[in-house]
Amino acid sequence: MHIQEELTERHVLSLTVANEAGILARIAGLFTARGYNIDSLTVADITTDHAISRITIVTSGPPKVIDQIIAQLERLVPVHKVTDLTEAGPFVERELALVKVAGTGEDRIEALRLADVFRAKVVDTTIGSFIFEITGTTDKIDNFVALMRQIGLVEVGRTGVVGLTRGKDSA
Amino acid sequence: MAEKSGADILVECLIDLGVEVVFGYPGGAVLPIYDALFDHPKIRHVLVRHEQGATHMAEGYARSTGKPGVVLVTSGPGATNAVTGITDALMDSIPLVVLTGQVATQLIGTDAFQEADTIGITRHCTKHNYLVKDPAKLAGVIHEAFHIATTGRPGPVVVDIPKNVQVATAPYKKPEAFEHASYRPQIKADAQAIDMAVEMLAAAERPILYSGGGVINSGPEATRLLRELAEITGAPVTSTLMGLGAFPASSPQWLGMVGMHGTYESNWAMNQADLIVCIGARFDDRVTGRLDAFAPNSRKVHIDIDRSSINKTVEVDLPIVADVGSAMADMIALWKSRNHRKADLSAWWKRIDGWREKQSLAYPDSREEIMPQEAIAQLYKATRGAKDVIITTEVGQHQMWAAQHFGFDAPNKWLTSGGLGTMGYGFPAAIGAQIGNPDSLVICVAGDASVQMNIQEMGTASQYRTPVKLFILNNEYMGMVRQWQELTYESRYSNSYSDSLPDFVKLAEAYGWTGIRIEGPQELEAGIRQMIDTPGPVMVDCRVAKLSNCFPMIPSGAAHTDMLLDPSQVSGSLSDEAKALV
Repeated sequence: MHIQEELTERHVLSLTVANEAGILARIAGLFTARGYNIDSLTVADITTDHAISRITIVTSGPPKVIDQIIAQLERLVPVHKVTDLTEAGPFVERELALVKVAGTGEDRIEALRLADVFRAKVVDTTIGSFIFEITGTTDKIDNFVALMRQIGLVEVGRTGVVGLTRGKDSA
Repeated sequence: MAEKSGADILVECLIDLGVEVVFGYPGGAVLPIYDALFDHPKIRHVLVRHEQGATHMAEGYARSTGKPGVVLVTSGPGATNAVTGITDALMDSIPLVVLTGQVATQLIGTDAFQEADTIGITRHCTKHNYLVKDPAKLAGVIHEAFHIATTGRPGPVVVDIPKNVQVATAPYKKPEAFEHASYRPQIKADAQAIDMAVEMLAAAERPILYSGGGVINSGPEATRLLRELAEITGAPVTSTLMGLGAFPASSPQWLGMVGMHGTYESNWAMNQADLIVCIGARFDDRVTGRLDAFAPNSRKVHIDIDRSSINKTVEVDLPIVADVGSAMADMIALWKSRNHRKADLSAWWKRIDGWREKQSLAYPDSREEIMPQEAIAQLYKATRGAKDVIITTEVGQHQMWAAQHFGFDAPNKWLTSGGLGTMGYGFPAAIGAQIGNPDSLVICVAGDASVQMNIQEMGTASQYRTPVKLFILNNEYMGMVRQWQELTYESRYSNSYSDSLPDFVKLAEAYGWTGIRIEGPQELEAGIRQMIDTPGPVMVDCRVAKLSNCFPMIPSGAAHTDMLLDPSQVSGSLSDEAKALV
């Protein structure tokens, strides 16, 4: 007997939640307990009184599982609202990365040239290295990192995705 | 305002919330609360023998009275021992509030004596949980905990209270009615969905009402409405294990339980229906059997207060998120206002009667041994017309036989561990039910193996003089394990024999109970009569046929139409795919 895998699709979920102790563990734990995937997760409080946090989760699964993830998240007592940005219409998603690259001579010039193409900023430099700050979609950052790997990638730090629906209304 | 200690605030809250009984066990981290209870005779504390027992007693109390069950245990092992009962309550949607002591706030995280991360451990086996670090917030949390435990889909809520919070003082005022910022269960159904459901029911040729524990959780009115809905539509009714009693077993429209050990007629009716109206049930794997063969030609309406139950395992055509009582009231009102008549379902009932002729619950007769099914049938016969009877069970063959052969005509009279399948549930649940219903006849149907899982609670029954009757179907096996080994592993009975059983009669006497042994069919009726007529707690060691199996049965991985009706259909082995299913 072999275990079958199902086809999955990527969804970006945006949650507003009460900013209370343990909320992140509650959400992350729900994903592990029910066998759902987390590709990335970001969290920060978003109101002046620090009462509400926005959590953006990139997950993947078959459509039925995505529906179930949303229903399970909505069931958590401190969760105010869950929006599936992927389903809710056009939306903007961004991720920030810091990318450290080492090299000299032609490599150094090429790194700067590529950074310019990707609109990455230099935020730290030494004679033999740069740290670039880049924002964009996950794909864009993946591509930039892949190019830097050929030049002399040292390490990468990424924030994970945040997203909002386009237009004047809140989701 | 005069300040009170956290412990006093807690006890005040419990009184304000109408709590009458707390099931608990003291320990270092709850001593301030126990001291506060000492001064409050209004709250009755039931001292258990093990914290798991407290949680199941609270479940039995809650399920039989409709009130939340309250548990009080200490930190560390007190809390971890309670985890099984908390998980059981989550799976079966039983309202519990579990108060756990915790080490003082400055000691949290230091591996202090009897410290456990109770909030972390219980996060995923509770509906919600709280760590209270400030006595000024305690009252609000306690009131919110009861609100969350008892509304929406009910469930267990844990409140973890550090010892210094119990001792420190704060002003106390009874909290005002509040609306929760994010938790608002949907009670009222969408009108358009109700309209569609009514029209689907009116147009159905082969409808079936499939009800579950949600009908009982919704309250007595929902039970009445289910009967009315069945009456006006003429549809047959089946139910899950958890839903037994919501619809009277004595009704001609009752098909018996559905699922793995449900009746032939109910499983075939589910398979052949053109419309399934699921009311407060959740298409559990024990109900559906093989998913891709489950009710293939039916449209499905699912009414549930928990949206995550809808489309979880079975895709439905019409989801209705609502309290089942409210939704059924709306459906009945609309049905009547449209002047819908009971459709002519005679062709459907004729087919159902054909399936009924299989007599799937029939069992072989024996003059030498007590057939376990006969023991339940006799128990049912002996208690019919008697005063209010509440049956609890442990988990295993005896549980299924009780579900099959005992008829329930009213809700809250059948207490069993359905979702989690917790051996050790039934006996403490019986004590809890008896404490909540002092005048009822409370009988726990148990097996020789599962009764031993919380047998220490015999002391609790003795101490509080709860006259529970513990009716053990003793076949010297973990019968359901043995049955699966017979079906799946060619009768290789690995570790399913109950060796070194205690002498249950002597054990009963050791605790000051009455012990009765029933050894043959000729003793059965008189033995049961003696059990019922004996005041105080009674333990019955009913020696039954050792190798009886529970039929009918849908083996794991099979469809409803592939039911096994008797031992002659058992092949003794299953495919790896079937073996891998639960």
